[in-house]
Amino acid sequence: MFRCHTIAAAVALACTAPVHAQDAELGRIRDEIRQIRENYEQRIQQLEKRLSEAEAKAGKAEASAVQAENTALQAARRPAGGNAFNPAMSVILQGTYARTSRDPNDFQLSGFAPSGGEVAPPRRGFSLGESELFMTGNIDPYFRGQLVASLTPEDQLEVEEAFFQTLALGKGYTLKGGRFLSGIGYLNEIHQHAWDFQDAPLPYKAFLGGRLNDDGVQLKWVAPTETLVELGGEVGRGRSFPGSDKEKNGAGAWGLFGHMGGDVGASTAWRAGLSYYRSAPANRSFPDLDATGSEVTQAFSGTSKLWVADAVLKWAPNGNATVHNFKLQGEYFRRNEDGRLASNGNVGPFDSRQSGWYAQSVYQFMPQWRVGYRYDRLNHGTVSNALVGVAGLTPADFPLLMSHHNPTRNTVMVDWSPTEFSRIRLQFAADKSRMGTTDNQVLLQYLYSLGAHGAHQF
Amino acid sequence: MLLLALLARPAFADLNVLACEPEWAALVRELGGDKVKVSAATTAFQDPHRIEARPSLIARARSADLIVCTGAQLEIGWLPLLQRQSGNAKIQVGEPGYFEASLQVPLIEAPSVVDRSMGDVHPAGNPHIHLDPRNIAKVAVPLGARMEQLDPGNGAYYRSRTKSFLDRWQQATGRWEKAGAPLKGLPLVVYHKDQAYLFRWLGLREVGTLEPKPGLPPTTAHMSELLGRLAKASPKAVLCAAYNDPRPAQFIAERASVPVVVLPYTVGGSDQAKDLFGLYDDTLRRLLAVVQ
Repeated sequence: MFRCHTIAAAVALACTAPVHAQDAELGRIRDEIRQIRENYEQRIQQLEKRLSEAEAKAGKAEASAVQAENTALQAARRPAGGNAFNPAMSVILQGTYARTSRDPNDFQLSGFAPSGGEVAPPRRGFSLGESELFMTGNIDPYFRGQLVASLTPEDQLEVEEAFFQTLALGKGYTLKGGRFLSGIGYLNEIHQHAWDFQDAPLPYKAFLGGRLNDDGVQLKWVAPTETLVELGGEVGRGRSFPGSDKEKNGAGAWGLFGHMGGDVGASTAWRAGLSYYRSAPANRSFPDLDATGSEVTQAFSGTSKLWVADAVLKWAPNGNATVHNFKLQGEYFRRNEDGRLASNGNVGPFDSRQSGWYAQSVYQFMPQWRVGYRYDRLNHGTVSNALVGVAGLTPADFPLLMSHHNPTRNTVMVDWSPTEFSRIRLQFAADKSRMGTTDNQVLLQYLYSLGAHGAHQF
Repeated sequence: MLLLALLARPAFADLNVLACEPEWAALVRELGGDKVKVSAATTAFQDPHRIEARPSLIARARSADLIVCTGAQLEIGWLPLLQRQSGNAKIQVGEPGYFEASLQVPLIEAPSVVDRSMGDVHPAGNPHIHLDPRNIAKVAVPLGARMEQLDPGNGAYYRSRTKSFLDRWQQATGRWEKAGAPLKGLPLVVYHKDQAYLFRWLGLREVGTLEPKPGLPPTTAHMSELLGRLAKASPKAVLCAAYNDPRPAQFIAERASVPVVVLPYTVGGSDQAKDLFGLYDDTLRRLLAVVQ
């Protein structure tokens, strides 16, 4: 049976052999091709998979190679051993050549009690200015520290700033402690070598002794707003003008300040602030000449309240200050002092209401060259001195305090800064601080900084 | 009313990012999409060396969760001040909220000796790293990972956007390299050393700089000396970034009879450079116009 079928099949196959054979051939060839194709496709897939894995590994290897290279570069550059954590140091060198029509040693702001700070014009002829040493560094993840020591041309070392500052309080809070430039006003926190003129404005000389840097603590808070809102408070010893150094448990002076600032478009930035400083000087003394011309010491004890309003505006085309830029700033001071004045054994009630302001603007008209103008004015205001009329004392016995004089000054400067580390300045001033006379001042100043890069404070 | 408007809080976003330069702001936007609010502290028309720590930057640093900067002392004049004055513990050095792009790529032109008599040199190397597309890819990976670390809730979103960006960026890089082949060996005069990475990637040749030394503005003495040298070097164009003063470039270009090519330099430097892809498209287009 099976044999019949197979013979029949064989016969059928034999009959159709030529056609079927071709079909079978074709079918076989197609199968083979299909198998080969599938085989190759499988192999290609495997190869692609291996390739992508290899690429990923290569990418990772490249990344680690880059990291290793960078680490090696940095390690090669970094000082090893004890110097690795040295603070960033920089040195400021400055000096002047000045010609003044009046002797700087008899400088006074007539109508105002002298503040005892370094407020006189620069000395005549060649003179070295204050050389400053800046050292800053991180102490640990929580604090950083800064030391600013100034070496005066008279070979004295002064500590201008020595403070710690927190890094990790967060939420907008920063705490500073030690000796530091107070945050009141605008110019007070800016170091002298960064000023646009060689000397401080008259209100700073009259009300803050040049600048205020007390020993104490400052807490500052920045609000989480789009426009900058910064509030701060300080308490301190009140060791220098307008306070006086006292042995006292507790604070001798305190201050509050608030700043707001922002941008107007891409080209303009502004900042405005309001500050209050209160101190309680005791026997804050100063020398004066009485009506006969002999020296007499006067001393004020009481409370001193100072209000400061400040504003600054900076402009540069598209915010790029390289070629042109413009700066306008001004501050207004108002001081009320109430207490007692002692003079040669006589003591009597004393109060004064005095004010002053300055406005200055600086324009960079081409790269490296700037020109600036400043106007200062102090208002004598009202001074109530109950000692006048007592024991034969007359206003002429208090020439400094009682002169009804409003010191003013006009200053013009031009400076050339080849880089941000060097500056040469030529400055002219017509200074009417002394009653009845004008001091015409010309000075040439150099200012250099070397070492670590300084900060671009606004 | 005005006070309320001035005191407006920044709009709510999952991640608040302040980028020091526009190229990093653009990169953060690519990787973060609408989950991040990012602003740039500088624009393409500003020299990052000369920025001051002005109030609006302090305010933005105060609220930032992440600050993305180049580093390598490019922002040394103002970034430390922003960190100190903002009262924001998250963006201090060493915290995850502080990201330094230059640490992710190898820096070229690291000087063996560093001294200010050499001009405004950067001790770690040339910091203008964003003009090599391979550097952008190298920064994107750790930046995406950092964003995920700071905002784990959107981690999958950042990962997928990073992968999508890297895929598109790789394709685009290949396209740019092919299109930029005719630029190999092209001699050019530059303003500052900020095009160094672009030159290295495309094989361009720098035959002179307008600045006598890095950071010093062009002087007449230097320009005459440069013109003398260019007579032999025969540059094909003078390059200028969008933030440079164009006048020195025009001065040299007129006397050497070559065109001035103003490059966007970074995102926002021209109308076409709206993002990182557009920046490279526009840069290549302007360079290729010199050889055609």
